[in-house]
This record gives sequence, C-alpha cells and structure tokens, in this order.
Amino acid sequence: MAIKHHLTDDLLMAYAAGTLSEAFSLAVATHISLCDDCRATLAAYEAMGGAILDRGDDLAPMSNDALARALARLDMPAPASAQKMPKHPVLPAPLQHYVGTDLSAIKWRKLGMGVRQAILPTNGKGGSARLLHIPAGHAVPAHGHRGMELTLVLKGAFRDEAQQFSRGDIEIATEADEHTPVAMGDEDCICLAVTDAPLRFNALIPRLMQPIFQI
Amino acid sequence: MLLDAHPWNNAFTPTKTLLQRLLREINGLCKGYLVLADKISSVAIGQETGAGPDFAGLMFSVRDKGDRAAYGVVFSHFAPRVKAFLMKSGSDAALAEELAQDVMVTVWHKSAQFDPTRASLSTWIFTIARNRRIDYFRRARRPEPEDLDWGASEEPDAADIYQTAEETRRLSAALSTLPEPQRALIERAYYGDLSHSEIAAQTGLPLGTIKSRIRLALERLRQNMN
Repeated sequence: MAIKHHLTDDLLMAYAAGTLSEAFSLAVATHISLCDDCRATLAAYEAMGGAILDRGDDLAPMSNDALARALARLDMPAPASAQKMPKHPVLPAPLQHYVGTDLSAIKWRKLGMGVRQAILPTNGKGGSARLLHIPAGHAVPAHGHRGMELTLVLKGAFRDEAQQFSRGDIEIATEADEHTPVAMGDEDCICLAVTDAPLRFNALIPRLMQPIFQI
Repeated sequence: MLLDAHPWNNAFTPTKTLLQRLLREINGLCKGYLVLADKISSVAIGQETGAGPDFAGLMFSVRDKGDRAAYGVVFSHFAPRVKAFLMKSGSDAALAEELAQDVMVTVWHKSAQFDPTRASLSTWIFTIARNRRIDYFRRARRPEPEDLDWGASEEPDAADIYQTAEETRRLSAALSTLPEPQRALIERAYYGDLSHSEIAAQTGLPLGTIKSRIRLALERLRQNMN
C-alpha cells in the first residue's frame, strides 16, 4: 500500500544533519525504512552534507604524523558493526534495536480506555518514544500538544477527525493540533509515537495520570 | 511528499549522455581505476567540476587490496576537511584532530560498505563524521534506516558512479554561487550540533525567518543547478 503521509523536509534535513534527538531520529529512521520517497529525499540532504564537506574552502591541517598514526591503527581489530536485523512484518530494523523482534514479549502498561503503551529506552534528551497499542475501534484519549508529536503506524490503521493513517504513514502534530486517534477496522493498531514535550490531555483523569505514564 | 517536489530531484534523474556511455566503456577497459575517465570528463566538462582524484577507484583498491597508498590519498584529501567540519561543530583543534582520526580509520574498516553508486565518497564520509559527532557529543544512539535489499550484487556501473560523484560536485559548485548569508545558514544547519532554534539564538533571527531563509536558499540552489 502506498504511503500517503510523509516526513517534512525540515525533519529530513535535520536527520541528515544529525541534529534531531534520539527519539525523533528513531521515528524518522523507522519511517524511511518503510518509505522509498523519503529515503531518496534523505539521500539528497545527505549529499548536501557531502557537498559542504567537499567544498573545502576551510581546511584544518592535520598534524604532521597524522597519516602515520592512522596507518598504525589500521591493523587493530575493527569495532563490531551493528548487527543486521531480520525482516519483521511489523517492526522495522531500527525499532528492533529497542524492543527486540518478539511483539508478544513487549511489556505493555495500561494507559486507560483499553490503550496500552511501552516506553522505549532512548536517552530521553529532547524527546521520548513509545509504542502505542490501540485495540480495534478504541480511541487514544483526546489530547493537544505542547510541542511536536510524530505518530507512525506499524500495524493496522487509525483515523483522527480529518484523515486516516495506515502502515508507514506518519502523522505530524504540532501545538495547533488537537486530535482523537481511533483504531480503524477490526485490527488492533500499533504505532510508534514520539514527542518533544509532554502531551496536554483534555480530560481530567488522563491529565492526572500523566506523571505516572510519562506522556 | 512526491519525489517530484524535491528541490534536487533534477540532480537525481540520471541522464545517460554520450559522455557517460563513453565512461562506462572506458571503465570496462580499466576496471577499478577511472583515471582516464576523469581526464576525459575534466576536458569535457571543463572548469565547472574540476575533476579531482578518482575516489571510487581508490576506495575499491582499499577494499579489495588493502591498498595503503590509495588510503593515504583519501586520508590526505578528507582528514583536513573532516577536522574543519568538526571544529565548526564546536570541537577544539585537538579534539577535532582525534575525532577526524577516528573517522578516517572507520573509512578503512568500513570500506566494503561504501557504495559509490548510492553516495559520493564525500557524502559517505560526511555521514561517518556526523555519526561520530553524535556519538561523542550526545552519547546517544543514532537509529539508522533498515538497509534496502538491493538484490544480487551487480558490478557497479561506472556511469552511475560518475553521476553520483558529479551530483555532489555540482551541489558544491552551486553552494559556492549562493550569497554568503544564505550559504552560511545552510552550512550552519549541517555543522553545529545546532537545531534551528539554537541557530536563532546565535544569529538573533526568529525561528520562522531562519526556516524560510533556509528554504529560500535551497530553492535558489535548485535553480542554480538547473
């Protein structure tokens, strides 16, 4: 199924430049794993980084023995590179580094109204990441945002007031947006959600729960 | 977002010119080294690109033969660039030198992962330097997209290699034609470990202005490349 909701150029450029937080980088890398359009755009933004490096109007000369010292290091064992992850129907490789490959082994915690979440172990600076499990027909409590929230569908589909989102689609919500995502059809929906600020819930109970659930 | 809408889409549409066909045939004759091809292209394309060393060929030699002389050429060209890049990201000279060493040693160890049909050598080294910066300054993981399954590996196509390197050269040339303030904004977005809002704090420009100026600069870049 073709992906309809993509990353913005701002996010792709910041990811190429390496200025996004770990949580936002995870959402970008996971979307790109599923979206060839955004992968191609990322390649262009990385080529811009290459061009800036290549322009070379500012060189910083290395010390005289720099090459000799590098050559002396070449025979040392190379650091292990990242393990190649097997293809998974729900979890693209970047997510597998955080939750493994077994969906049933994920430790979910109740978020209320049937929705469950699993907070992912990112370094916590500049954003947090979680998986959301929304049973078919259920809704995530209506909420607005203080910052930016990215919601990427991994399984099933959800709709909010205006649009619908299927596997690979990413919803980008900002402070102006207030929405109630509802899992569509008869399949449970699993999403990756990252936020750069605590969500702002409208109903009293979820707001009281906020410190407990860390969302 | 449609690919068509992308600022550099034109740059990513391979045009199989006569020159490229010629290059492919030449590559068949002197496999691994594109020295002759570079000479021809520099004559054909002239001042615009100023074809430098054949980095793809040098890297194949590093990968296949552990060629230290070829590695030395790559090192001498890129290490001072990587060091300058890291200094602009906020490292002092001594730290930038150490990190540049790490980056260039990684270039050796990961030479098998370099695919010049997908990224020019400067782009590939930029990504290694960027990742080293994230690792060192943020102590954060860098989630990377899943690799595409490219199918059975084919002999890399010299025309594709040339096209990819040429795109980076054209981007560099186009960057040089931008007015200084616009170029500085784009560069700064890539150099420092700075978000746009941090750039705003440094330059005193509001965030919306920064974003629209970066967009304007990218748009002008696209026009310059056409």
